[in-house]
Amino acid sequence: MRSDRSQSAPLGIKIAAAVGLAFLHLPILLIFVYAFTTEEKSYQWPPPGLTTQWFAATWARPDVWQALGLSVQVAAISTAIALVLGTLCAAAVSQTRFFGREAISLLVILPIALPGIITGIALRSAFSLAEIPFSFWTIVLGHATFCVVVVYNNAVARFRRTSGSLIEASMDLGADGFQTFRHVILPNIGTALLAGGMLAFALSFDEVIVTTFTAGQQQTLPIWMLEELVRPRQRPVTNVVAMVVVLATLLPILAAYYLTREGDQIAGAGK
Amino acid sequence: MTPAVAFQKTSRHFGAVRAVDAVDLEIKPGEFFAMLGPSGSGKTTCLRLIAGFEQPTAGSISIFGERAEGVPPYRRNVNTVFQDYALFPHLNVLDNVAYGLMVKGVSRDERHRAAEDALKLVQLPGYGGRKPGQLSGGQRQRVALARALVNKPKVLLLDEPLGALDLKLRESMQEELKQLQKALGITFVFVTHDQGEALSMADRVAVFNDGRIMQVGAPEDIYQRPASRFVADFVGSSNVLPPDFVQRYAGERRWGSLRPEQIRIRRDTSGDGVAARVVSRHYLGAATKLSLDADGLRLHATVPSGAAIPEDGAHVMLTFNRDQLHLMEEQA
Repeated sequence: MRSDRSQSAPLGIKIAAAVGLAFLHLPILLIFVYAFTTEEKSYQWPPPGLTTQWFAATWARPDVWQALGLSVQVAAISTAIALVLGTLCAAAVSQTRFFGREAISLLVILPIALPGIITGIALRSAFSLAEIPFSFWTIVLGHATFCVVVVYNNAVARFRRTSGSLIEASMDLGADGFQTFRHVILPNIGTALLAGGMLAFALSFDEVIVTTFTAGQQQTLPIWMLEELVRPRQRPVTNVVAMVVVLATLLPILAAYYLTREGDQIAGAGK
Repeated sequence: MTPAVAFQKTSRHFGAVRAVDAVDLEIKPGEFFAMLGPSGSGKTTCLRLIAGFEQPTAGSISIFGERAEGVPPYRRNVNTVFQDYALFPHLNVLDNVAYGLMVKGVSRDERHRAAEDALKLVQLPGYGGRKPGQLSGGQRQRVALARALVNKPKVLLLDEPLGALDLKLRESMQEELKQLQKALGITFVFVTHDQGEALSMADRVAVFNDGRIMQVGAPEDIYQRPASRFVADFVGSSNVLPPDFVQRYAGERRWGSLRPEQIRIRRDTSGDGVAARVVSRHYLGAATKLSLDADGLRLHATVPSGAAIPEDGAHVMLTFNRDQLHLMEEQA
């Protein structure tokens, strides 16, 4: 049975896999190509000519910088909030037993299982009801709801693999709660938190639906792109920004993937 | 003399479960003390009460005369060797051992020197640079021991420390632990469910059942004079005799225990004695152990090699000296 794996797959499956990958990734390549087109009003195929002028044009547009700045700030602060809340929640759920523990686990994961539009509507009506004006902070709160889930999931998995007696051993050897957190817990869950944080950042960075419901006049980068597509003015600028966004979110996600994979080996070596 | 550890009517209840129930206990300084019992008997909870991971629901605990209730684990001069060793996977062996000194603020050079000494003590010199994942089970155990001893605890707690080791390693570690304890003079409190281990290593043994102590005493006391039916059943290979049987042969209506080597076997079935039938024979080398059926009561007797051994199914008479029959209570 095992040798089947090393044999090469039938031609049909190879073709199917290639078609599947092409279906997934060709549209993304198209975005890259259009970033270099000389035609700025509509997406014409093939591009009549190639140019790099849109990079300069993008650089010069203050609205791009404003949207980018807002997105980075929102993502950074939501991730920070998520790191604190997600870690604490994961610690509580995995280290202690209490009534309703499983229910809490489910409730924390729910925001990411629900369609974003539900989260968005729910938050919007909650903010209106509480008469909170829509602002930078309402966007951050909206994003934090799903960022917490990502951090929580990563942290809880690592906590489960970290033996509870490590904490007892640390206390037994004279370390108080803070020292135990710093010298034992943090080094053991560090990579999981980094991975969770990166995923949370990437999620927040390209979020559209919840943002539409929780933003006031502010435009995050994805919202800005959506608006740009409606107005046919310097369209390739949008593509340049899209390229940057793809790279900016892909790299952290790849890094997170490698960090958690390596973390598995580290945690596995402990037992 | 102030006891190393004293329990006074100490209880630890988890809801309706009485894990430890009104236990009185005194452990002497410098003693190698074993807590023996089946799983769920409360021995590990007692250890955790001493370590400070559990707080008593009632009663008091003192360690070298100081009240320990409400004192967190990190303020007790007590260290633990955990059942799963609980070595920190992200630190190397030297930093694992030096951890206790590190959190106390001892300088890097000094704590590494002390850790190296502790590693020598457990015969792992030069292993400091390795990660715990690169060590064998026996080596991890020694590291766990060094990590506890480097803090010079007044009491060292060991939670089934040999449980995960194979038989040969267990035996050499038993020997080594015993010597280490003698050399250091530290009070060792040791939890095990293995009666052989408890009897061979400890100065005194406490036998636990259902959150209570059934008997405390030297290994010979526990083995030869079990205080109750439970102790005789759990600790020894002794025959436990019900009151009916004891009344018939010894006149008193109490539980009794009789060691297998104290039963004599006679082929001639006339005369006094307990009539029995041989069920099976187990050759042990120095002796042969017989399983006997005496009117529904299962008994064991050993016959030294060289003596005539009755065949399976043979009818025999059993005799024993009245004063070798040890009388005991049903409950402690």
